Amino acid sequence: MTTTEVTPTPRTARPVTQLGDRVFAGSAKGAGILILVVLAGVAAFLLTEAFPALVAPASELPGEHNLAVYIWPLLFGTLLSALIALVIATPLAICVALFISHYAPRRIAQGLGYLVDLLAAVPSIVYGLWGVGVLAPASVGLMTWLNDYLGWIPLFAGPVSATGRTMLVAGLVLAVMILPIITAVAREVFLQAPRLHEEAALALGATRWEMIKMAVLPFGRSGLISGAMLGLGRALGETMAVAIVLSVSGVVTFNLVSSGNPSSIAANIALQFPEASGLGVNVLIASGLVLFLVTLAVNMLARYIVNRRSEFSGAN
Amino acid sequence: MSKNIEAKDLNIYYGSFRAVEGVNMSIKKKTVTALIGPSGCGKSTFLRSINRMHEVIAGAYVEGKLELDGQDLYGAGMDPVIVRRQIGMVFQRPNPFPTMSIYDNVIAGMKLNNKRASRKEFDETVERSLRGANLWNEVKDRLDKPGSGLSGGQQQRLCIARAIAVQPDVLLMDEPCSALDPISTLAIEDLINELKNDYTIVIVTHNMQQAARVSDYTGFFNIEGTGKPGKLVEMDETKTIFSQPTQKATEDYVSGRFG
Repeated sequence: MTTTEVTPTPRTARPVTQLGDRVFAGSAKGAGILILVVLAGVAAFLLTEAFPALVAPASELPGEHNLAVYIWPLLFGTLLSALIALVIATPLAICVALFISHYAPRRIAQGLGYLVDLLAAVPSIVYGLWGVGVLAPASVGLMTWLNDYLGWIPLFAGPVSATGRTMLVAGLVLAVMILPIITAVAREVFLQAPRLHEEAALALGATRWEMIKMAVLPFGRSGLISGAMLGLGRALGETMAVAIVLSVSGVVTFNLVSSGNPSSIAANIALQFPEASGLGVNVLIASGLVLFLVTLAVNMLARYIVNRRSEFSGAN
Repeated sequence: MSKNIEAKDLNIYYGSFRAVEGVNMSIKKKTVTALIGPSGCGKSTFLRSINRMHEVIAGAYVEGKLELDGQDLYGAGMDPVIVRRQIGMVFQRPNPFPTMSIYDNVIAGMKLNNKRASRKEFDETVERSLRGANLWNEVKDRLDKPGSGLSGGQQQRLCIARAIAVQPDVLLMDEPCSALDPISTLAIEDLINELKNDYTIVIVTHNMQQAARVSDYTGFFNIEGTGKPGKLVEMDETKTIFSQPTQKATEDYVSGRFG
């Protein structure tokens, strides 16, 4: 037996790394920091510009009422339109994605996938014009029907707008706009569902739909939530389509089919900004700050939901 | 419970490619039948055709007959879903549903078959199946934990418990031990010996010692070359196949001269 001399390595020695590795690590770190800097910059801008409006007495504000009274209807309109869009788009997107990933023949599936992606490429102003020019007049009949037969539900209480420029139509337009992003994300996660688990379900005697319920949907759950939140984020921030479609009166109401609707924060900023001056600008930016915080909260909530059941996610 | 399987002139195709040709095989109930042979010889394809799982691949179909106690598994109007509810399967890699607890994994098949079972029936099934799979003592205190947290061997036994929970007529095993360590393999082999009291078992294995240890009958599949269909060369009692096979190819294979 011989004992070999162990040369003590100095503790301060840096591990050997290749140049390429260092360059990549550095640029990845830089990109990460850049995101934080941009985010901090936006937040700082919003805070400093909103500050005068936050501290000013109500009498000096445009319209001479409290800031909260001004922003609340806008926030309500933002949330309501985004919620309608999400409620309509998510189930539809899941169905389209499932059709593409598990039902359609391969060639049709690919074509359909491209078509859905194409929806995402249409500029939002076009959706807005389509909404006000085509969908709004076309949906008056549907809304009249909803009012006639389901009028006892406060959502459809009426009186029905003659132009069709209602919250329901704005929500529908938003739903079409967020459909591609949710579908694209859902399709990706459905395609990644492990074949192993799909076969396990089939071997137990599951029909195709039961297999999807057992193996595909639970696997894609967190991805679906992420996709829906991306869509919700887009719906919350969408400006032009809502600004063009919605006929605004500033009331807070769940009535989706009447001509009196709250505007949304982003649309309100777009419409008011050109004529705003002085404190008015600060008030609009304060409303933007609220939108920023709401979007942040939505994303954090989604992250929390995704993480809560990570033990069962299949990642371990 | 357990039933006989009878294959008559069975050809299995993937599209225009004939993967398996002319299989005639009788599998007796309450026995273990091992299918051995080199890779690509069609033994897994044949196994998967027994519960119509090979149809997962688009364009797959069979010619000939496959009967389960006289019931034509490929008869007109026979739904593969019904076939699979009678013929359970255990796969090469353990595949418990990662989003389900151990408990829910075991009753997954039962929920498909019989959605209105009471909590008590579910509890009984879970205990019976996990005991049947020699897993009960290891997991009884953590039935609500995810199945994916178990070791590989435990996961495979959980998959066996899941398969036997619905009390199938036949249990198919596609190289169930190839992803497991020797200790877990031994546990599964012991389990197979117990399970044959209740079930007809067909097992595909690459491990000839395993085939010799666990099976009563052995079928040897071979392939003449790439692109050619696999064939059943011979089938007999396991001890005959391993000691005095009638075919030269079988003797070469079981004595380790190729494959």
